[in-house]
Amino acid sequence: MITNIAKTFLKAPRSAQLGFIIIAINLFALAFAPALAPFTETEIIGKVWEPGIWAMDCSEEAIELHGACWSQLNDDRMDGKAWLGTDHIGRDLFTRLLYGARNTISIALVITGLSFLVGMTFGFLAATMRGWVDQIISRMVDILMAFPTLIFALIVLSVAGTSIPVLIVVIALLDSTRVFRLSRAVAMDITVMEFVEVARVRGEKLMWVMWREILPSTLPPLVAEFGLRFCFVFLFISALSFLGLGLQPPTADWGSMVKENSGAISFGVYNPLIPAAAIAFLTIGINLVVDWFLRKAAGLREEY
Amino acid sequence: MSRLLTMRNLVIEGFQEEQWGDIVLGVDVHVDRGEVLGLIGESGAGKSTIGIASMGFCRPGCRIVSGSIRFGDIELTSASDRELRKIRGLRVSYVAQSAAASFNPAHRLIRQYAEAPVKHGIMSRAEAEKDARELYRRFDLPNPDTIGNRYPHQVSGGQLQRAMVAMAMACKPDLVVFDEPTTALDVTTQIEVLAAIKGAIKDLNSAAIYISHDLAVVSQVADRIMVLRHGKLVEEGGTREMLANPEQDYTRALLSVRKGRAEKIEHPDRSKSLLEVSEVTAAYGDGVLVLQDINLKLTRGKTVAVVGESGSGKSTLARVITGLLPPIKGNIVFDGKELPARFSDRSKEMLRHLQLIYQMPDVSLNPHQKIHEILGRPLEFYFGMRGEEKRKRVADLMEHIELPERYINRFPSELSGGEKQRVCIARALAAEPDMIICDEVTSALDQLVAEDILKLLQRLQNQLSVSYLFITHDLATVKAISDEIVVMLQGRVVEHGSRDEILTPPHHEYTELLLASVPEMDPDWLDNLLDTRVGALLREGPASEHAGKS
Repeated sequence: MITNIAKTFLKAPRSAQLGFIIIAINLFALAFAPALAPFTETEIIGKVWEPGIWAMDCSEEAIELHGACWSQLNDDRMDGKAWLGTDHIGRDLFTRLLYGARNTISIALVITGLSFLVGMTFGFLAATMRGWVDQIISRMVDILMAFPTLIFALIVLSVAGTSIPVLIVVIALLDSTRVFRLSRAVAMDITVMEFVEVARVRGEKLMWVMWREILPSTLPPLVAEFGLRFCFVFLFISALSFLGLGLQPPTADWGSMVKENSGAISFGVYNPLIPAAAIAFLTIGINLVVDWFLRKAAGLREEY
Repeated sequence: MSRLLTMRNLVIEGFQEEQWGDIVLGVDVHVDRGEVLGLIGESGAGKSTIGIASMGFCRPGCRIVSGSIRFGDIELTSASDRELRKIRGLRVSYVAQSAAASFNPAHRLIRQYAEAPVKHGIMSRAEAEKDARELYRRFDLPNPDTIGNRYPHQVSGGQLQRAMVAMAMACKPDLVVFDEPTTALDVTTQIEVLAAIKGAIKDLNSAAIYISHDLAVVSQVADRIMVLRHGKLVEEGGTREMLANPEQDYTRALLSVRKGRAEKIEHPDRSKSLLEVSEVTAAYGDGVLVLQDINLKLTRGKTVAVVGESGSGKSTLARVITGLLPPIKGNIVFDGKELPARFSDRSKEMLRHLQLIYQMPDVSLNPHQKIHEILGRPLEFYFGMRGEEKRKRVADLMEHIELPERYINRFPSELSGGEKQRVCIARALAAEPDMIICDEVTSALDQLVAEDILKLLQRLQNQLSVSYLFITHDLATVKAISDEIVVMLQGRVVEHGSRDEILTPPHHEYTELLLASVPEMDPDWLDNLLDTRVGALLREGPASEHAGKS
């Protein structure tokens, strides 16, 4: 098993290896956040928007105090410093980034997984059964899709309250409509193939036909969609957080960290770019791996 | 005669399964002006690749490694795209196997005809369209003055293929490459297209390369034939000389293909009726009747062949019997019991006894399952076999279909077309059925491979006494395997009887047409045929011009 993974990794092209490494770093952060973090998630350790260790403080004040431009690196006490600076109320950004990875990635993963489970089940069901089953499911999905997603989520969340389980279920269901559309369309093409007909005429049950005959052939587009959806869910959570209906403070998540600190940009402070970069980093990593998988699944060649 | 095309020591590679492999291995080809060269070989022989290379083109994923291709006085391997563009369509043109896939469905036929001459600046649109109408008339297309205004989907397959030949002739090219232009067509339609191609080549006095896997077809058109195998030349010679005196064993095998008949063992005790189809009428969603009052009887251990062209409803009959398409009326009795119309209402035992093998092994095997999973599933499903017992039975099945046991860990894509079809047969056998419906099982295969499959099926019938309902448009197959023959035309049975009854005169008019349309290994066959009564029949076209799918 482990040697297999290592083999796949070594055989993959550079871009995919990079993607794997990025994902591994994120998973590592996710798993060991409490051990790695120098502070707790909510601890206030310094002033607002203190710069990270890279910044030189050349204000008159600093020169007067230290005799020259001052950076945190000049300080002897290395522990207890904000490596990446502090946020809008003086919490350590690095710590919150680690905890944010925990919340954001795991919640987004659960949401995307759930939305695919629901979307694919109904999509395959509609494609395999056709007729009135397909009509009923498809029309219900049409109704759901007719509402703008954000507004629909707002309504449900403000009625049902903003707890994490509610958040997960609501976003997953809304997202599953898109997955449904895709998996139904892809499965439609597969269900007319003769090997599916063979299985049905053999007398196989619906579940076998759906999961054993149809699923493997539909995986490539669905996996690609998974990578994309996963990133969209990130943004959706942060959009909801922005409106006060997502993850509730003081819980850290990357989207709301960008939003909370966005004001700093106008003062020339880079701090909000750090969580934004984290989102971009992971998104790119996932997409590198997905791209590679797609090429592999489609049997396309690396070079001509 | 002056030399038009010369290929020297041509080597072409293709990228497959993560590495470059040879497709063409140092072949020399030359074509003189006004000469027709036939390229023949089984799939993978590299004949299409050579044909396309004569235009200086390579399919994506292929590359010309070495050798030279000289067309007239231009070296195509080193020519720029600009120079190539000047030649393509103007001096060399190409007719593909599937006209339906080669025409742009969004434009009218005549517009597509005019595209090449107008682009190359040798004619105005009006001149080109006038030429087109003339050619359409020359090729016996119905309503030649107006047919060009139709869209590709509005004409039948044979007509479309003729329109494509006309299109290739638009710029009066020096060389036309025909890449299996009749392979996808019915026998009767094939004759029309062959006649058109032969006429066109003669009219223009242009050279041609005719690619096919069917020696009989090639010999109607070609002056000289090259037999290719695995990217190498096997034999080359004038058509008549080669047919008379083939030098190589492989050529001899191609020549004698389908002459033989697998040995049949007669079991007198198997006279019991197995399947009875009575008064079956069926239609698809649009209400058009595809089958009308079909009656059919199949005896245990025998083979009934259902013959007809595409659109005759023979595949629909298979779908009705398997329960995929419930009939409007009529009933099906199997082994003394009436079968429910829908397969989902049939019991597991009923389903088990009636198995189906399809035309295209590529799409009837799940590409994501290994061979042992494909064969193991029916065993597990019908007989509850597991573990060692299942493994043994799978090995047993592999032995039946004459494939090595180590193949069980391969995916279907790692097998050749013939091997895949064998796996399909094994999957049907795994259910231990009383009857197998074979729907055009050999028509997607090369002739020599197809012959082996037929022999295998016959041997299995002798051993296991299964019955076959054999659906085909190919009369050579019918001759080889059937006990009884049912001839279908436009959803009706026109003739029904034992093999010898049907194959000896007097025939029904339509049966005679079908029989006469099977190409023979005689270069004069086509010319002679067109002069006879059958030729006249063909021109009237009692059945040849009905569009539609089977």
